[in-house]
Parts: sequence; structure tokens; C-alpha cells
Amino acid sequence: MFSNLDFTNLDLQKLVFGRLSLADIPYHEPILLVTFAVVAMGGVVVLGAITYFRFWGPLWRDWVTSVDHKKIGIMYIILALVMLLRGFADAIMMITQKAIAFGPSEGYLPPHHYDQIFTAHGVIMIFFVAMPFVTGLMNYVVPLQIGARDVSFPFLNNFSFWMTVAGAVITMISLFVGEFSRATWLGYPPLSGADMSPGVGVDYWIWGLQIAGIGTLLSGINLVATIVKMRAPGMTMMKLPVFVWTSLCTNVLIVAAFPILTAVLVLLSLDRYVGTHFFTNDLGGNPMMYFNLIWIWGHPEVYILILPAFGIFSEVTSTYCGKRLFGYASMVYATVVITILSYLVWLHHFFTMGSGANVNSFFGITTMIISIPTGAKIFNWLFTMYRGRIRFELPMLWTVGFMVTFVIGGMTGVLLAVPPADFVLHNSLFLVAHFHNVIIGGVLFGMFAGVNYWFPKAFGFKLDPFWGKMSFWCWLVGFYLVFMPLYVLGLMGVTRRTQHFDDPTLQPWFIAAACGAVLILCGILSLLVQIVVSIRNREALRDTTGDPWGGRTLEWSTSSPPPDYNFAFTPVVHDLDAWYDMKSRGYARPLNGFRPIHMPKNTGTGAIIGGLSVVFGFAMIWYIWWLAALSFAAIFIVSIVHTFNYNRDFYIPADTVVRAENERTAVLAGRV
Amino acid sequence: MSIAAVISALTVRAQRLAARARPLRAALVLPLAGLLAGCNLVVMNPSGDVAVQQRNLVIASTGLMLLIIVPVIILTLIFAWHYRDSNKSATYDPGWHHSTQLEVVIWSVPLVIIIALGALTWISTHTLDPYRPLSRIAPGQPVAAETKPLEVQAVALDWKWLFFYPEYGVATVNELAAPVDRPISFKITASSVMNTFYVPALAGMVYAMPGMEMKLHAVINKPGVYEGLSAQYSGSGFSRMTFKFHGLDEAAFDAWIAKVKSEGKDLSRDAYLELEKPSEREPVRYYASAADGLFSRIVNMCALPGKMCMSEMMKIDAAGGAGVHSHENRERLRYDNRHIQQGDEAPGATVPASGRPPRSEPQPGGAPPAGGHGGHDHGGHSAPGSDGSVAPAQRNNN
Amino acid sequence: MMHTDTAPPGTEPIFHLEEEHHPETSTLLGFWIYLMSDCLIFAVLFATYGVLGRNYAAGPSPKDLFDLPLVALNTAMLLFSSITYGFAMIAMDKGRQAATQVWLAITGLFGAAFLGIELYEFSHLIHEGAGPQRSAFLSSFFTLVGTHGLHVTLGLVWLIVLMVQVTQRGLIPENQRRLMCLSMFWHFLDVVWIGVFTFVYLMGVLQ
Repeated sequence: MFSNLDFTNLDLQKLVFGRLSLADIPYHEPILLVTFAVVAMGGVVVLGAITYFRFWGPLWRDWVTSVDHKKIGIMYIILALVMLLRGFADAIMMITQKAIAFGPSEGYLPPHHYDQIFTAHGVIMIFFVAMPFVTGLMNYVVPLQIGARDVSFPFLNNFSFWMTVAGAVITMISLFVGEFSRATWLGYPPLSGADMSPGVGVDYWIWGLQIAGIGTLLSGINLVATIVKMRAPGMTMMKLPVFVWTSLCTNVLIVAAFPILTAVLVLLSLDRYVGTHFFTNDLGGNPMMYFNLIWIWGHPEVYILILPAFGIFSEVTSTYCGKRLFGYASMVYATVVITILSYLVWLHHFFTMGSGANVNSFFGITTMIISIPTGAKIFNWLFTMYRGRIRFELPMLWTVGFMVTFVIGGMTGVLLAVPPADFVLHNSLFLVAHFHNVIIGGVLFGMFAGVNYWFPKAFGFKLDPFWGKMSFWCWLVGFYLVFMPLYVLGLMGVTRRTQHFDDPTLQPWFIAAACGAVLILCGILSLLVQIVVSIRNREALRDTTGDPWGGRTLEWSTSSPPPDYNFAFTPVVHDLDAWYDMKSRGYARPLNGFRPIHMPKNTGTGAIIGGLSVVFGFAMIWYIWWLAALSFAAIFIVSIVHTFNYNRDFYIPADTVVRAENERTAVLAGRV
Repeated sequence: MSIAAVISALTVRAQRLAARARPLRAALVLPLAGLLAGCNLVVMNPSGDVAVQQRNLVIASTGLMLLIIVPVIILTLIFAWHYRDSNKSATYDPGWHHSTQLEVVIWSVPLVIIIALGALTWISTHTLDPYRPLSRIAPGQPVAAETKPLEVQAVALDWKWLFFYPEYGVATVNELAAPVDRPISFKITASSVMNTFYVPALAGMVYAMPGMEMKLHAVINKPGVYEGLSAQYSGSGFSRMTFKFHGLDEAAFDAWIAKVKSEGKDLSRDAYLELEKPSEREPVRYYASAADGLFSRIVNMCALPGKMCMSEMMKIDAAGGAGVHSHENRERLRYDNRHIQQGDEAPGATVPASGRPPRSEPQPGGAPPAGGHGGHDHGGHSAPGSDGSVAPAQRNNN
Repeated sequence: MMHTDTAPPGTEPIFHLEEEHHPETSTLLGFWIYLMSDCLIFAVLFATYGVLGRNYAAGPSPKDLFDLPLVALNTAMLLFSSITYGFAMIAMDKGRQAATQVWLAITGLFGAAFLGIELYEFSHLIHEGAGPQRSAFLSSFFTLVGTHGLHVTLGLVWLIVLMVQVTQRGLIPENQRRLMCLSMFWHFLDVVWIGVFTFVYLMGVLQ
């Protein structure tokens, strides 16, 4: 090969920089320039603050390298909140474009830019907002609820997190270097193929998802093993808290679905990089296979997101109604049924592809069947409220808001599962309204309920209720104001992903939706204000008991925030509501007899491999082959070196435990 | 049979209920009604029989589901209010968490509704299958035995629609017309990426896919001008990939055909290859005649002279392939007609800046591919020499 | 669901353990779950081959390309390596470090032979113009078989790393656990290969 290399034609720039050149920096686009300035200034402020407060050392020691599931959980949620801002910025840009681009007006986003924005919005909201939210809450809460000291594979947990961050970073880099995909969030070929999308956009999308997907898969394996193996003595499967059940099912879904995403992305990459013919039009390729494969992952993904939210609502309802959850067993069966059925419905995403009436009606009916266990869940929450004594703290507000909103989304979902009805509503704004209805009204409301519910556990003080209520009402009203018009527009035959409209009668609806988006913006700002205000008023909001809400499950039995080792002694479980049971039978917290506690050691390997993955992904995207090879080799070597480290755990000395527990004793006594 | 009867009864009742509810709703939410009055809910108020049946299905299913959704929402709000913490007069029963009877009810009520909806789905999916020729043109008006449907062949191009009328030999761009009350039989394909063919007033959508022929049967019952569009994002020109669909009475349709014939040019293969190139906001165009078998060549991805048709390839594949010595077939099967962003650069240069060779064959070195290599292979429509030399071979392939 | 005490009535229920609680190790379970997810990747590749495997694009078909005796030899290599890995595990159970190492080395050699033959086959096909870019059939063939080959390569690297680690630290519990995981991985690849051999090669040539 190399003997044939023509050195006169050797392009040094291509060899060093691949296809990256100065022209790929979009300095001529004012929107991006301003964004970059804001991001850069924010970055400088944050980095400056870290340096000023000499926080680099603690940051690395206590957070970046931490294998503590609680800290990793918190970092996931911070990632989700940061990415929520980016995803929402995309949303508000889209809706303003739609509200003004009528008739002669082109709006301010040309198709080239607009198409990147709707793609980025979908990708970011699903992969880098909803997923980290869900994973973060599961990470934080599951080990505490099952009375464990950490997850099964603490290092893997840290590694998974940094891979998710790496995926997010790659996606964000596309904002300022090159461009992002314009081929929609699921990247259907042939549009996403090499012929139709030759630029770097689709490659950014592929590598962002691929790298984050590895993290998600590993964290799924980790949590399944944790729930199966690490439960406290006495906690049989039918005594698992409902949130742990839904987490188990979610992680089983992750393990069973994400490999499919990995595989299908590999096939698409091969089409793009090597020139194979899996999804091309020509030479025997079959793009329809991509539709099937991606949705065999994609539909379970929806349940990966919603099941933990269902779990949160169950915990919240039972806590704030002061009542055991109604129909625990049927709740568990419903969850399991949903898990299984979620694999039998994928084709309803493309009824219009002409699979024939038998296939279409089979998948339509299986989709409808999912609404039966889902309906049972709604009734169970309803009858938990029945004869309860409901305290309308923030999490409960989100729960009631969810119950009302989600059933509407469920109804429109079943409607879309009727194939001939789908023929007129497919790809319309009705569909867009439907899935936002279930993802905002279900997943996001659930995550906010969860954050408000477990925040005092994680930080030792409650979140401010006033700004929390502001946030709730802005989100709720804003949601209806955005998406009810979209339902109507769908019935007017308006399709999604459109950058410009001719028909002026549509405009009022889009303007209404844009106003709703502004309300949602207020909701997000209120959330941020809520966090800041709560931190400033933390002494007034302080909870010293570790059990601010009258909780029922084990996480409320330990202090807030919990010590590194979670529980000084492993709890023994006798009842579904283990902590409620302990309280009602006069459990006395042990005051002596503490022993050294075996814990995993922190490690920087996860963060290093995550960083190298960013470099590798970037090099692959820009065809910088030497860098790709180098960073891949580095990843390989770091991994191997890591396996030579056998010194992975240590004992927290008994006197450290004694000190921490005595402090808690003093705090608890001070309260009395 | 009885299930079908129940369902049709339900459908009728749901429609009636919806009709009765309409003025009520309007009275309740005046501003909304004002807005709704100003706009055209075409999906709920279509003009073709297929779309009307689909609309009825939307209403019937929604009605069925509201039977359970409305009580749930009301109960949620009532329970939330009644059992609030401050209402000490409400019963508080913290131990109550199980009731077998109640659980049977909460599983079986949704089950019953889903059984009804499932039956409705099964029946309607079969009757409204887009592949199935129409059996009626309106309620109570079966299709007469001697009626021959109007055949329309639709092609989604980047980013415009091409329609062939084989019965009349004409073709149009971005304008579709059909006579009222005559069944239309669409054959739908695409040239490069997926789109959907959708005329909301006429019938539901189906995908338009390259290398595939989709079918759709529909009928328009009222004269008028309706919107048509692609409902599947297909790239930067997608938003303006719209067309007008004219429902015309018999005489007007004949006049329209005559107009197309008199004003139109000829759609030769060369003209098609020129038309096929990506372009946005195409005006309406008429073609008085079209090259023989052009639609079939588009479906088979061999409109470009020298290319092997898919049908031919599939025949060879079914017979066990063409053996090891068949390298030339690969180039004859390469298909890429969207020179997006690349100007006239060869599509083989899909990995242009990589410095890697184009995908056609293993080739040494790092020579930039944009030059000679891809050019003669893929040079596409404009390469004059290739037409004459390769075209004769084409005849064998059909 | 009901209030059920594990403690007999009259005594105080136990609500925490005095001793330190050691949940059994989850490594083998976790690794097994990973293998199942890997299995799904192969399932997708098999399904892809199932859908595209006859799309020759007017080009060569399995009959034209596959050399069954060579593939049979290859299969034998991998099967032998599985057996020798089994011997390594038996030796490990008996605590015989040297024997374990020898069997691992033999396993590695068989694995390397398998890879060598596979690479020869691939280069031969590409040389004939039947590379992965030729048709959807060949794309899916190269991807399925190549992914398996990549796994074997990874297994080989892992095997060498483990041999070094066993040399350094002996058959300590950690190393035994790692050898168990690699054992599962290696046998898993064997099972996948049997699928490839049957589904791709045998059925391809005999159809």
C-alpha cells in the first residue's frame, strides 16, 4: 500500500486534521457566536470560582473519582439539569421560528439550522436529560431503599457516568465545531446515509449516542445485579419498594434494548465509514430494516423512561397520603407486564410503511393492551388517595398534575395505535403533542416529583416550597398552552419538522404555543431560583431527623445526607414499608457496637477513559485517523492497567463510624 | 358479526354524542371556539370517503376511551380535594390497601374497553388497508363493477412531487387532479429518501420509498382544491414540498387533462434526470407525454441509462447470484441521485475529505478521490459519452 | 404484603444485623447479564444476515465463495480451544497453577489459529472482489463474522493479561473469578460460532 503512496499529492493538512478546517468553525453565524460567548463566559466564571475557592482538589477527590452511588446520582442529575437548559433553548428557538415563519416571512432559522435544532432537541432531551435524570435518581435511591452500602460494581458506576458525560460533550461540541445531524433524532436512512448526509452532523450524532449508550448499558447491568444480589436480609422480591421494582424492570429493559441500539448504530456507521450496504437504497440494502431495529430499541426506551417515574409516583402517593400503597401486588404485576409487552409493539411507529393489515392490527392491539396495566396503575394511585390524608407538598402536587395530564396523553396514544387513525395523524403535530404529553406529563413531572421528594435526603434540607409551586404551575399551565394547540394543529393536517408555513390561519395556534413555551421557561427559571433560594435558606429548611416527610422506606431511616456507608448496620426487613414498620414497632437506633465498614476505593480511571472517549469520538467524526488510533490505544491500555490494580477497597475505621453516629445521636437529641 | 354490530352502533352513538357536544363545548369555551371556527380542521372534516371513515374511527375510539378517562380525571380531582390534609372530617383509613373486588374491577374495565377497541381496530385496519381496492365511494354507494379506477403514479423527488397519469399519458409536477367520485389507485415511490404521500382531505398517508412501490386507494367526493404534502422529513426542501390536489367534476377533469396536454412538454428520460436533481419551491409543471415505462424505471432505480434495474437484480439474486466474476454489476447497481452539497462532485466522494478512496473498489494510497476516479463512473446525468455507449446493454436488462 | 414477622411472637424483632453483612459477590451474575446483552448484539447481526443474506446484488453467493473444509477446520480450532479452556478451569479448581497456565496458553494458540484462518479467508474474499462493499449479503456476512472475530481477539488479549496476572499473584480468588468470567466469555463465543457455522456457512452452501 504505502509503496504506492504519492508523496507529491500528500495533503499534510488532511493527514493532521482530517476533514476539519477553519471553515468548520461557525464564526459567521451570529446566534452561535452569542451562544458561544455566553457559554465561554459561564465557563470562565465557573472555572475561576473553582480556582478561587481552591476546589480543584476536593472536586477531583470527592466527586470526579468518586464511586459513591450517591455522589454519582447527584452528578447525573446535575448533568440532566444542564442539558435541560440546552434542550429547552432548542425548543424555544423552534417554536418561535414556527410562530413567525409564515407566508413571505422566512423566520430567522434557515432549514440548514432549523433541522439541526429539532434533531438536537430530540436527542438531547431523551439521551442527555431524561436518561441521566432517571439513571441519577435510580443510582441515588435504589441502594438506599434496599439497605445496601453501594451498587454491585462501584467502579463501573463511575465509568458509566463519565461515558454518559462524554456522549453529552460530543453532542455539545457540534454546536461550535462543524454541525449537528439534520437527520432527525432517530437518524432514519437513507437520509442519514453517506450519500444523503455526507457531512459530520450524522457522525456527531452516532458517536454521541454510541459512547453514551455504552455508559447506559453498563449502568443497567450494574443496577440489575445490585437489586438481585444486594438486598438487605428479609427483603424478598414481594417486599421490594415499588420504585425498586420499577427500577429493576427499567434496567432489565436497558440491558435488553441498548445492545440493539449499539448494533444498529454500528451498522449505520459501517454504511457511512466503510461503504457497506445495510441501509442503502442500492446493492441490496434495506432501509426499512433500520426502522424496525431502531424501534425495537426505541419503544422499550420509552418505558425505560416512564417506569421509574411510575415508581416515584407510587412512593410519593403512599408517603403523602399517609397510607400503604393500594394494590402493591397488582402494581408489581402491571410493571412486569408493561416490561414484557414493550417489546411487542415497536411497529406502531410506522404503520404507514405498508406492512399489511394483519401485521398492523397485531401491533395496534398489543399497543392497546399496554394501556390495561397502565390503567391499573392509575387506579391504584387513585385508591391510595382514597381515604388517605393527603399533604400537598411539592412532590404530591407534581403527582396529581401527572395523573390528570398523563391520562390525556395515554388516550391520544391509544388513538394513535389504531392503524387507520394513525394514517391521518402519523408524523403530525398531533403525534408531537402526544409524546410530549406523556414525556413531560409523565417522565419530567415524575423526575421533578422525585427531586423534590429526595432532595432533603441528599442535602439535609428541603427545597423551597414557594418557588417550587411557581415552577409547578408554570410548567403545568405552560405545558397545556403549548401542546393543546399542537393537538389542534395536528387535526388541521399540519406535519412535524416544518420550518415554514403558507397558511396564515395556523399562526395564532403557534403564537399561543410560543407563549406556553415562555411559561415553561418561567417554570425552568423558577426551578433554578428554587434551588438557589433553598441553598441560601438552608438553615430554615434544615431537616435533622433524616425523615422529613414521614417516609415509609429504608432510605428515610438513615441520616440526611446519609453517611458514606449509608447504614451503620445492615437493616433487616420484615415488611414492605420497612421503615414505617420499624417506626411503628418502636425500633431504637443502635448507639454502640459499631464496626469497621468495608467500602470501595475511589478511582480516576472512569473519568480518564471518558475523556479519552471524547477524543476518540471527535477524531472519528473528523477523520483524524492518527488521533483516533492513538486515543483508542490509550483507552485500551488504561483499561488493562486498571485491571492490574487489585487494591480496590478499604475499611472505614470503627472510630470514624462511631464519630459520625455520635454526631447524629447528638443532632437527634437536640431536636427532642 | 354481533361484535361488529355493537361496534357500529357504538360508532354511531359516539358520532351523535360528539355532534351533540359540539355546541355545548362552544358555549363553554368561546375564545377557543372562535379560533376553531377560523381554521380548517381538515382531518375532522375531510372530503374523501376513506378519510371520512378514518375520521369516524378517530371519533369512535376517542369516545370509547373517554368512557374511562373522564371518570378518572374527575375522581382524581375529587379525591385530591376531599382527602386533603386539612379536611379532618374525611375518613382516614391508613390500613386499607387491598380489595380483591376493586382490583378485579380496575383490571377488567380497561380490559373490556380494549377488547371493544381491539375489535374495532382489527375490522377497520382490514377495511381501510391502503392496499385494498375500494368497495364503495361513499356510504351506501358501492363501486360499480365496470368502474375502472383512475391510476396515478406518484414519485417523491427532492423536493417536489411528480405524478404520472398512465391512462392519459400525461404527467405533472406539484399538481394533482382527480375526478369526483371515481376511485383513484395510487402507486407511490420515491427517488432518493423516504417521504410520505399525504392529502389530508382525501385519505391517510403512506410512505413513499425509493426502490419500493406502495399502493393507496382513495376517492374524493367533493369538488375543491386541497392541500397535499410530504409528512416525512426528507431534508432541507421538505417544508415546501407541497402540492395542490384538485377534486374536479367529470368535465372539468377532462378540461384539465386537455390543458396539461396542450401546455405540456415531453418528459423524456433526460428531462426526468434533470428534474430529479434536488430543487426547492418548484412551480407547477405539465408534461404532455412521458417516456415509456419511466415510472417503472424510477421504481427500479434504473432511470439513468446504463444502470441495472432492481427487478433484473432480484431475478439474478433469486437464481443464486451472478458468481464471482461480476464486478461490473456493482457499478451498474450503484444508485445515488442526490448530489447534495457536492455540486457536481461524484457521489462516490461520500467520504471526500477523508483522503480515503471512494467506495467502489480497494485502491491504494491517499490520492484525493474527487478527481478522475469517481467522475466517469458516477458522472451522472450530464456525462454525454456514457449514454450512448452503455444504453444498448440496457435493453437486455428489462 | 401483610405484616409478617420473621421473629416468633413475643420476642423483639431484629431490625439490624450486628455483624457485618457480606452480600454474595455479583460479578458472575453481572458478567452473565453482560453476555446476554452481547448475545443481543449478535441476535441483531444474525437477523440482519437473515434479512439481507440473499441480496447478492447480482454478485457472488455463498456457494461461490465459501470454502467449507477451511471453515470446518476453523470451527475445529475454536471447539478445541473451548475444551482446553475447560481443562484450564479443572486445573484451576485443583489449584495447579502451572497446569492452568499451560492449558491457557494452548487455548490461546488455538484461538490465534482460528483468527489466522479467518483473516486468511477474509483477505481471500476481498482479493476476489467480494469485500463488504460488494453487496448487502457480503456486508452482513463480514459484519457478523467480523464481530465474532473481534470478540475472539478481545478474548485473546484478555487471556494474555490474565496469564500475566496469574503469574504475578497466583490463583488468588480475584484471579479465579476473572478466569471464570473469561471462561464464560470463551464458551459463549463458541456457541455463537456454532450458530454462525450452521446458519451462515452450512445453510449458505447447502441451500
